Amino acid sequence: MKIKEKLIELILKLCAFITILTTIGIITVLLFESISFFRSVSIFEFLTDTEWTPLFSEKHFGILALVSGTFLTAAIAIAVALPLGLTIAIYLNMYAPKSFRKTLKPILEILAAIPTVVYGFFALSIVTPFLQNIYPDLETFNSLSAGIVMGIMIIPFISSLSEDALFAVPKSLKLAAFGMGSTRFQTAFKVMVPAASSGIIVSIILAISRAIGETMIVAIAAGQQAQFTLDPTIPVQTITSYIVQVSSGDAPQGSLEYKTIFAAGLTLFLFTFSLNTISFWIKKKYQEKYE
Amino acid sequence: MAKEKKESVIESSLKRKYKLQAKDVNVFYDDFQAIKEISMDIKPNSVTAFIGPSGCGKSTFLRLFNRMNDYVDGFRMEGKIFIDDQNINKKKVNVELLRKQVGMVFQKPNPFPKSIFENVAYGLKIQGLKDKTFLRERVESSLKQVALWDEVKDNLNKSALALSGGQQQRLCIARTLAVEPSVILMDEPTSALDPLSTAKIEELIHELKDKYTIVIVTHNMQQAGRISDYTAFFYLGEIIEFDKTNKIFTNPEKKQTENYITGRFG
Amino acid sequence: MNNIRKNKIKDQAFKALGMLFTLFGVSVLVILIYNILRVGFTRINWDFLTSLPSRKPEEAGIYTAIIGTLDLMLLTVIFAIPIGVGAGIYLEEYSKKSKLSSLLEINISNLAGVPSIIYGLLGLGVFVRYFNFGGSILAGSLTLSLLILPIIIVATREAIKAVPPSLKEASFALGASKWQTISDVVLPSSFGGIITGIILSLSRAIGETAPLIVVGAMAYVPFVPHSLFDAFSVLPMQIFNWTTRPQQGFAVAASAAIIILLLITFVMNGIAVYFRNKWQKKLK
Repeated sequence: MKIKEKLIELILKLCAFITILTTIGIITVLLFESISFFRSVSIFEFLTDTEWTPLFSEKHFGILALVSGTFLTAAIAIAVALPLGLTIAIYLNMYAPKSFRKTLKPILEILAAIPTVVYGFFALSIVTPFLQNIYPDLETFNSLSAGIVMGIMIIPFISSLSEDALFAVPKSLKLAAFGMGSTRFQTAFKVMVPAASSGIIVSIILAISRAIGETMIVAIAAGQQAQFTLDPTIPVQTITSYIVQVSSGDAPQGSLEYKTIFAAGLTLFLFTFSLNTISFWIKKKYQEKYE
Repeated sequence: MAKEKKESVIESSLKRKYKLQAKDVNVFYDDFQAIKEISMDIKPNSVTAFIGPSGCGKSTFLRLFNRMNDYVDGFRMEGKIFIDDQNINKKKVNVELLRKQVGMVFQKPNPFPKSIFENVAYGLKIQGLKDKTFLRERVESSLKQVALWDEVKDNLNKSALALSGGQQQRLCIARTLAVEPSVILMDEPTSALDPLSTAKIEELIHELKDKYTIVIVTHNMQQAGRISDYTAFFYLGEIIEFDKTNKIFTNPEKKQTENYITGRFG
Repeated sequence: MNNIRKNKIKDQAFKALGMLFTLFGVSVLVILIYNILRVGFTRINWDFLTSLPSRKPEEAGIYTAIIGTLDLMLLTVIFAIPIGVGAGIYLEEYSKKSKLSSLLEINISNLAGVPSIIYGLLGLGVFVRYFNFGGSILAGSLTLSLLILPIIIVATREAIKAVPPSLKEASFALGASKWQTISDVVLPSSFGGIITGIILSLSRAIGETAPLIVVGAMAYVPFVPHSLFDAFSVLPMQIFNWTTRPQQGFAVAASAAIIILLLITFVMNGIAVYFRNKWQKKLK
């Protein structure tokens, strides 16, 4: 009997270890092809060139062009999601009646459940034409529409997680502030938000990480032109949509074009990994405060 | 050695003076010492009560007899525990088998979220016993022993959670009895129950004495006085006094015991 | 205007802003669904559901995409559920506080935050190229399984955590072994929570496009996959492909396909929420 128990434990342990294998797999695949890539392209050029044209005849391999696209769209997304998400969180936590909160929170979470390809379609076919009415010089593919729609998709990330953080603040703090005659607005911004700050910051970091890793919205609506720019009205290309572009094409295995997606992927992975690690560390360090 | 083997089973069990024994037991949780140098002998077919203030080691000591402390982080034991003259902490001892012979009832009733029948049959099913007739008979006799059969016999498939607190506790006792242990450990079995249910269970313990050896931890001194043959007074991990219940409650040897009994502290 | 009035105005203004933003979020959802229904609803008919994709927008259908989605989900379920639930059981019931267990936990939490396209690259390098499965439904499902694994693991752990320890104590006290306690007491009690997690992870997997593009799901697959190694297409891929075509007819087809996809997604989420509520009631 003891053998059976030990065997079962071993099988379950192996299941858990597949997660480690996954991480090892990701790192190995990314590094393997990237190292091969960097034999042909210098890291210096990769990091400093502002043009990214591996698929053209005159090849440039400056990741900054893709990075700027990624960060531009992510920045617009956060510019939308942060004020809206945080305000909604505070509103639901401190102003809205309980029934309101109960029905609205799930509805907002539906926003996060919609497949991103649907958002991409929405951005291209509805948001862009709408914005073009206001600003006719807006190009068909641009980072503004994609960024705004991405921001809407991310609102639940910030609003739900921040709301949970606010919810976790001990009632006594809230009551103390009210007892001194503070309005909800004052209590929210002078007491609750600072008290929940670590949770709110974590939610923002996770939202940024999500925006950076987003693919379909930008692949559909932001364009396929890698440009090192801050102009939200022209097409750009993000790291993620570049990878999609090459994968949809016919880059033969072992070719330089094929390897570029791994070098780009490695860059993306490093960004999101750093952000996730920072948020994990913040969560760990500051969550002890109230427990 | 050879001579002992020639004795019959009856003779050797008659010879067995004590059902449960502890010899020089110390228990530690990491650096904290919960039990200090306790030795104790418990006779078969008796009811022994452990009394004393909270946190004095009564539950810890009780759980040594079915090795339930093994699951607590940092648990460490010195000394020996014997059941039927066998050291239960030896490596070759099968803990699961041990627990079939030493049953336990907990403070808060904890029936499984299954039917009444499935609850009582659980201990048998995990042993691989599948015969339906056998299970039904055993479930019936166990429920009869705890005086629950008439109340539930038409509803054996209903969820155990639908029963009242007192009924649930009796169900848990039936569940324990179904595997036919020889020892029953009870950790404050009535502290979560109303007086009526408590009375019913005390009556039950009285009836079970004939077939089982019972050790009960209780905060309720009157309960100890009512149902036990022997009482052990625990204080801060030590046994201050262990004697016939009558003596403990009418003429204790130690001043501390007297103080506790009369309510001067606790 | 004295301070008290100023503060009151700020308070009311913020309240209005909060209501506005919240309603904005809801209205975007409504606008999105309304527009898609308006454009695509009439396009949905039996032909649409049973036709193969075509270069002509009026003839295009989602048949292969739907079959591909179903096949892919079936395979993903077969791979991801045993491993995910098994890992969850191990982490919650067997692994003790140690450096190894912390490592496992940190790792899983990290994997949950890795962009899905990176999983695509993983699938490309390992399943498509190294194991030579090609751009097949096998490679696709293995990739998706790894993607949703953290979700299932976390859901399993949460469900197991919710089982009261007193039930496990009772089981051990009756002489049950560890695995018996897990299989006869813990898992039946946590079943609802685990199922909810599985359904949620699948509804996420159904909408995934990026990793499948990288692994080689094709946009134009005029046949239904018959073996594990066949090429395949899925619904979100089809939508993506049609969205990138200039003809208005394809925009209509894309809208129609989106309606189907959203329907599936919402139904699955609804079922998951239903199960979660049922299970949470049971715990009380």
